[in-house]
Amino acid sequence: MTLGRLIRMLWPPVLLAAVLIGGWQLVAEYAIKNPEVLPTPSQIVSAGWGQRRAIAHNAWPTLRETELGFAFSFVLAWVLATAMDFSPAARRAVYPLLVASQTVPIIAIAPLFVVMFGFGIGPKILLVALATFFPLAASLAAGFANADADADRLMRSMGASRWRIFWTMRVPGALPFFFTGLRVAITYAIGGAIFAEYAGAESGLGIYLQQMQQVFRTDLVFATVAVIAIGSVALFTLTYLLERWLTPWRKHERAGREVVR
Amino acid sequence: MTAEFLLETRGLTHEYPRTGQPPLQVLDALDLQVREGEIAAVIGPSGSGKSTLLNILADLDKPTSGEVHVGGGRGVAYMPQKDLLFPWRTIEDNAILGLEVAGVKKKAARERVAPLFEEFGLTGFEYAYPAQLSGGMRQRAALLRTVAMDRPVLLLDEPFGALDSLTRTQMQLWLAETWQRHGWTIVLVTHDIREAVFLADSVHVLSPRPARVTRRFEIGLPRPRNADTFALPEFALLERELLDALLNVSA
Repeated sequence: MTLGRLIRMLWPPVLLAAVLIGGWQLVAEYAIKNPEVLPTPSQIVSAGWGQRRAIAHNAWPTLRETELGFAFSFVLAWVLATAMDFSPAARRAVYPLLVASQTVPIIAIAPLFVVMFGFGIGPKILLVALATFFPLAASLAAGFANADADADRLMRSMGASRWRIFWTMRVPGALPFFFTGLRVAITYAIGGAIFAEYAGAESGLGIYLQQMQQVFRTDLVFATVAVIAIGSVALFTLTYLLERWLTPWRKHERAGREVVR
Repeated sequence: MTAEFLLETRGLTHEYPRTGQPPLQVLDALDLQVREGEIAAVIGPSGSGKSTLLNILADLDKPTSGEVHVGGGRGVAYMPQKDLLFPWRTIEDNAILGLEVAGVKKKAARERVAPLFEEFGLTGFEYAYPAQLSGGMRQRAALLRTVAMDRPVLLLDEPFGALDSLTRTQMQLWLAETWQRHGWTIVLVTHDIREAVFLADSVHVLSPRPARVTRRFEIGLPRPRNADTFALPEFALLERELLDALLNVSA
């Protein structure tokens, strides 16, 4: 990507963000005038910078819970979606549970997990997995199901086994679907970890948020929220990089037919 | 099997069971004989059971009764109507799909298909993705994948059916020329009377369901065939005769 294109792509979001932050600064500074209600962006930045060690100290456990929970969710989604692809009975058995898992309110179940599994990292991993599992498994299952029946016939006429067809045709064909699910899931991941910490933890951004709310440090609450948002956007961006790397053919599909005869 | 024929079906009959009704008979004692090195076109009215016949010849389905013999015992190489090139594989890696499935290592398979690219007009596109190719090129790539499987008979299901008229004619000319050098044994299922007469050595006309071979035409047009073939008086006569036969069976 050329620098010119990068600038053309980036100026609208940057401009909009600048306008919003500028407006916020004016409203907070001249209309509200109470940092406990609404601190100015500059106050948030300086407070956050002042407490950067505390925030970083609490960010690591949250990041770790997010990573491990997401990894667990990822593996489980592939195992179940694969089982569902191979066996219609497994599909009928698992799919309703999958949907049900998505409807479980995390806020309700988080305290129960703490009661059952304690204050350690275990219940957090489970909650992140619960929050992210459905979009991963469902998108992957949809990707497998979308495979062309004629491609299946072609490979069978070549003498390919069910596994060979799965790896050679169904998995690569499902990847674009999977990345869509991955992007949805990853935005739930950090949120899931924060919720889990609310229900009980020793450290983490969720705990830090709670503590700062109790002492009316609204500026630090906002600073923490900003860190969470930046982290989520970074993970989201990562999925795009991963997608570009793992599905290099897609950019040609998007570009359309470039070459003729 | 008779040594005369490389592919032969004897009394192929196929029925699909239906609930609450007698089974649907699709093929009725169908006999098809294809000599080594010939192009045999199979043509018939739509709904005549061509796809059932294709499935049985490609060994994707077993006939209710009857037999298929393919010389060499390695079955046919099947090219479906859609090109079915995998969008995530380069043209080269699409071309080796059949060899990979047969257990040939990737590197060896690539070496084996490499010499074919020039003939198929795909030189320089080895590492392109299918989305970068035109319709005619994609169809040639699909045919390359079929040929690369190195099976005794090629089974082509309306290979040029989805192309525009000019591209289709170019592909027919190209196939006639390329076939001249290789002498592949081809079963060509088509709807296109002109294509059948231009490419084939024998044309087998199917009846409506349940399908039998009602007529067999020998196409004695001189080889090599090229654009001039279209202008031969015999060409027009054969086209006319075949049209009559198809109109008769459809009536």
